[in-house]
Amino acid sequence: MKICFFHLMPYRFLPDDFEARYRSVWVDVPHSLYDPEKTSQLYHEFLDELEFAEQAGFDGLCVNEHHNNAYGLMPSPNLMAATLTRRTSRAAIIVLGNSLAAYNPPLRVAEEFAMLDVLSAGRLVAGFPVGTSMDMNFAYGINPATLRERYYEAHDLVMQAWTRPEVFPFNGKYTQLRYVNIWPQPLQKPHPPVWIPGGGSVETWEWTAKLDYVYCNLSYYGYKRGKATMDGFWNAIGALGADDNPYRAGFLQLVCVADSDAEAERLYFPHVHYFYQKCLNVWEGFAEAPGYRTVKTLQLGIQRQVGAQAKQIRQSLNWAKYLDSGYVIAGGPATVRQQLLECIKSLRVGHLMVLLQIGSMPKDLTLHNTTLFTREVMPHLRDVWPGYKDRWWPAQCER
Amino acid sequence: MIEDTLVAIRAGAITFRVLGAGRGAPLVYFHSIHERGGWSPFLERLARRYTVYAPLHPGVGGSTGVETLDDVLDLTLAYDELLTALGVARAHLCGHFFGGMVAAELAALFPERAARLALVSPLGLWRDDAPSQDILILPPDELGPVLFMDMASDAARAWSALPDDDDANVAAQVESIARRAAIAKFVWPIPDKGLRKRLHRITAPTLILWGENDRANPVVYAEEWQRRIKGAAVKLVPSGHMLIHETPDAAARAVEGFLG
Repeated sequence: MKICFFHLMPYRFLPDDFEARYRSVWVDVPHSLYDPEKTSQLYHEFLDELEFAEQAGFDGLCVNEHHNNAYGLMPSPNLMAATLTRRTSRAAIIVLGNSLAAYNPPLRVAEEFAMLDVLSAGRLVAGFPVGTSMDMNFAYGINPATLRERYYEAHDLVMQAWTRPEVFPFNGKYTQLRYVNIWPQPLQKPHPPVWIPGGGSVETWEWTAKLDYVYCNLSYYGYKRGKATMDGFWNAIGALGADDNPYRAGFLQLVCVADSDAEAERLYFPHVHYFYQKCLNVWEGFAEAPGYRTVKTLQLGIQRQVGAQAKQIRQSLNWAKYLDSGYVIAGGPATVRQQLLECIKSLRVGHLMVLLQIGSMPKDLTLHNTTLFTREVMPHLRDVWPGYKDRWWPAQCER
Repeated sequence: MIEDTLVAIRAGAITFRVLGAGRGAPLVYFHSIHERGGWSPFLERLARRYTVYAPLHPGVGGSTGVETLDDVLDLTLAYDELLTALGVARAHLCGHFFGGMVAAELAALFPERAARLALVSPLGLWRDDAPSQDILILPPDELGPVLFMDMASDAARAWSALPDDDDANVAAQVESIARRAAIAKFVWPIPDKGLRKRLHRITAPTLILWGENDRANPVVYAEEWQRRIKGAAVKLVPSGHMLIHETPDAAARAVEGFLG
């Protein structure tokens, strides 16, 4: 079992009445709410937390990309990953990832990921999300009708740039290059492991399965709701006749560990509530540009993570509901162990990612959560999947 | 009696569903974003004096092939090919909002195609100080009051009503998303796709028709259009953005009065 520490880098200082006064935390959230001096301090706290996670025993450190977003201060996860290469030495550096369609030319991703792989001496995991509609269609203005096609083409370009031995021309619909020849090339051969974060698109399940990549569901709504999404991926694997190696899958779960269940509520509730009420307050109009999802996926009826439906559910949440619905796994060590084992087994995931810094959680509490998790919970999850080989992990980082 | 025919171009890569009725001089109507179904009382009235052709945009309501179109130029060429397939060499061109943009593109690229041009609250120009509302994405409760002057009007009530039946309700939502997705392809994220560089090519006598209370597409654009199309006339009617639905008689009268 590989266990990874995921960071969103949320802005912790949104006003108390944020969700009443502002329609969205994403896309048009006013940057007058943002204080660069506070953020300077935040960045270093967040990096401290990531570095601490390696020392505490995590296998991997995960960063991701968001734009115009007050809960994700990482428009460039590559910058954060680059600093981590200097202050860590063992953990995999998992960038989940670079939204390929947003880069022009997308070769930039091949270059920067290659730099990170070389800098980290072969510890990079390369994540390629299609990207959310908020990030891609609204913040970056990419046409929803062609986002997916751009993404596939950019993926082909990056993979060819990493694996073809010769200088070659690339005549794409969206990118034309006469001389593809990136320096440096990645250190891992034939290329760094590829993980695909997905939110339940039928096309992404099938494509990820076919290309033999890891499928990750980065859900904020927990393992109970994530099951339908992960089952969709496993069905796609089954349809291909591929093996059911759990390391094909990754899942993100919010986790809070305390000395007791009651203590968990006392310590963590305000920060969890900040996350669900403020950080996920996305205006319905931005939840999904028309054309972002294909009709095939629409008809499957998977619920959106954000928007009006999600808002109604969110506003009625209290601590008991966060826990009962599985959005957050929280409590004393025994409670957390038992539920995480259920999460891992029911979703069949070999790469568990946990979010231990949640919403407005300050550094001391995040380190407390991290310490308890690694001491009281992690050792009990290690041996869930004996006998499976993780083919999607940097060789440098094998324990 | 409305004719409902399928017309394929580009060896079947695109199929237009074309609704038609009436007799008289040919008139081609191009739809807007929020028109459900392809026929309306406005077109019914025009069909008393003209042979109306109302092709649905590719990807909308039975027309297919939007995925094969790259951009507005490609779409305009497809409409040129459709007119050839229909045997219509020259016609009055009329369109509402996105449809007005298409009609203007066609009249600019192929001036000989347009006898007279009637643009109803057309999309296609952009001013930073007066952005058109992002009506592709507004949630239904915010969208209605932007589109209609009076939400209590019959047209607004009919437009707002969703089927009670679950399957029909889901189908209506999917249709709405698919329709907006097909049109978004040509105007995302800002509907300024170079038309202002081409409008001077238009030679057809042109009417710019607007609802005085248009909350979706500000009336200031009427002047922009008039300035760029030589000799264009502007007419305002007491209505909202959806003037052809909310006040179909007044809108049709204005169009007929201009087309003759």
